[in-house]
Amino acid sequence: MPQSNTEYLQILPFILMGSGIVISVIIEMFYKKSEPVLGWFSVLLFITVGFVSLASINDSAVLFNNMIEVGGKPAIFNFIFTFGAAVMILSSMNYISKYGIYFGEFFIIVQSSVLGMMIMAGAKDLFMIFMGLELMSICFYVLAGLNRKKIQANEASMKYFLLGAFATGFIVYGIALMYGSSGTTSLPYIFENFSSLISNVLFVTGLGLFLIGFSFKIAAFPFHMWVPDVYQGSATTITGLMSTGGKTAAFSVLIIMLSAVFANNAANTFEPYFAGISVLSMLFGSIVAIAQDNLKRMLAYSSIAHAGYMVIGLAAGNQDSVAGIIFYLAAYTFMNLGAFGVLSIIEGKDDTLLDINSYAGLNSKSPILAAFMALFMFALAGIPPMAGFFGKYYVFIAAIKSDLTWLAIIGVLSSVISVYFYLRVVVYMYFKESTVNFSIEKNNTGLLAVVISGILILVFGIIPDTLLNVIISVLNF
Amino acid sequence: MIEQYIPIFLVIATAAVFGAAVVFSSKLFGPQRPNDIKISPYESGKKPVGNTSERISVKYYLVAMLFIIFDIEVIYVYPWAVEFKSLYAQYGIFAFTPMLIFLIVLELGFVYVYMKGGLKWD
Repeated sequence: MPQSNTEYLQILPFILMGSGIVISVIIEMFYKKSEPVLGWFSVLLFITVGFVSLASINDSAVLFNNMIEVGGKPAIFNFIFTFGAAVMILSSMNYISKYGIYFGEFFIIVQSSVLGMMIMAGAKDLFMIFMGLELMSICFYVLAGLNRKKIQANEASMKYFLLGAFATGFIVYGIALMYGSSGTTSLPYIFENFSSLISNVLFVTGLGLFLIGFSFKIAAFPFHMWVPDVYQGSATTITGLMSTGGKTAAFSVLIIMLSAVFANNAANTFEPYFAGISVLSMLFGSIVAIAQDNLKRMLAYSSIAHAGYMVIGLAAGNQDSVAGIIFYLAAYTFMNLGAFGVLSIIEGKDDTLLDINSYAGLNSKSPILAAFMALFMFALAGIPPMAGFFGKYYVFIAAIKSDLTWLAIIGVLSSVISVYFYLRVVVYMYFKESTVNFSIEKNNTGLLAVVISGILILVFGIIPDTLLNVIISVLNF
Repeated sequence: MIEQYIPIFLVIATAAVFGAAVVFSSKLFGPQRPNDIKISPYESGKKPVGNTSERISVKYYLVAMLFIIFDIEVIYVYPWAVEFKSLYAQYGIFAFTPMLIFLIVLELGFVYVYMKGGLKWD
């Protein structure tokens, strides 16, 4: 229980985040007009935690009796979570009053969910994974239904809660079986004995249930049913966080659980499972998104498809694929947050102006927004030099290295399908006359968020090798 | 292996038989002279009014939720308090501070509810 002082120093990102939440609660308690203060405080907190995490990227350590890992891979994930959340808070500041959730609690719950994600990414014990997951998920359930007067928000929250709790049931049962067969919940021990444990039926069943539960959380195909309704019903910026931070956190856990496979210590037993769900997610997401006129719903299906692309990396199961997945997640986080940021600026009161017709002739109304929306759509479609292309490229290359060329080919084909619905938005913005009459409200912080995401995507796309080398250098399998 | 569980099975069987015997023996051997008051549901001696499917104010749920704060507090504090002497001998002040931080964070939630007016009944 008593730890040396260095351990408390190394866990600084978590301590900072936790004390930030406590301070936010105190501000919310004693200060009547807390919303602007809390907004900027959250941005400051997220950026601080992000940089503190990044500063420790080279001294990786496992702390508190094999409970949590800091530095290295978790540091990169913490960077994605905190900067993603900072961008999300920036685009929320004006948006939440428009949507009717102008509460200080909004920021506190977002901070708590980010803490949960950080715990998930650093977990070295099955219980830590579970705790982080619950902290994140419960915050998301609340965020989805934060506007209790909106019936769609209630529906989203209820659906998300019921299906999320169901998925959590799978995860807990999987954890129980893994504990029963290996005799411990400590992941380093499980990884050491992974190759012998994987021949144990009980352990494989447990791991399978665990993976199914997390397939819910990453919204892969047979477990995607909640995604479109939840994404459409929640507030736009919250949807942005759920589709990026939540997915990234779930992928970080999948990478942790399969790290014995990535380290070539064990056979990739679940390769057929991952290959199956990735093919189905890619094709289902890309094809169904074509029929969507509501942009939030379109992005929801696109998020299913992107989960499919990333799962290719899990199916490939080598070191390159992990680096590819992490790069893809970073790129996806900012391009999706940017797209949702543009959506949140244009969205009117009561969920209006979300369909594609509202975007017709956007170029004449606001050239900046149109340009950035086009950038995000190109990035999501995977057109170079935007970051989205390199994310897909690295994952596909890793798949080819693992003799999964057919999977990479299906991935490329499904990207080609997805170009249609992404570029449809661009075509509407630039080549169609506006049919809906509305004016875009001034939203400086929202614009700032969009600009930051755009710049990050371009930077990721221009120097992808440098970033990929950083990621590879910290993978310590 | 399975023999170790025989006492447990015996306890379960005894409990089931005893429970069933108590419930059904009064039905079998007791005198049956029912009247309206005897067969009505027991409501602490009061006459039952209305039915049970009434809407209950959401405020009760808030109180029930706040109760959980103290529930969890007790779950953690109780074993810690029981073992405190040996913990203190071994770890010194480190046995005390983590629980203090935990309690401060926990009570902060309660103070938050109080400040937000969660305990006002009207």
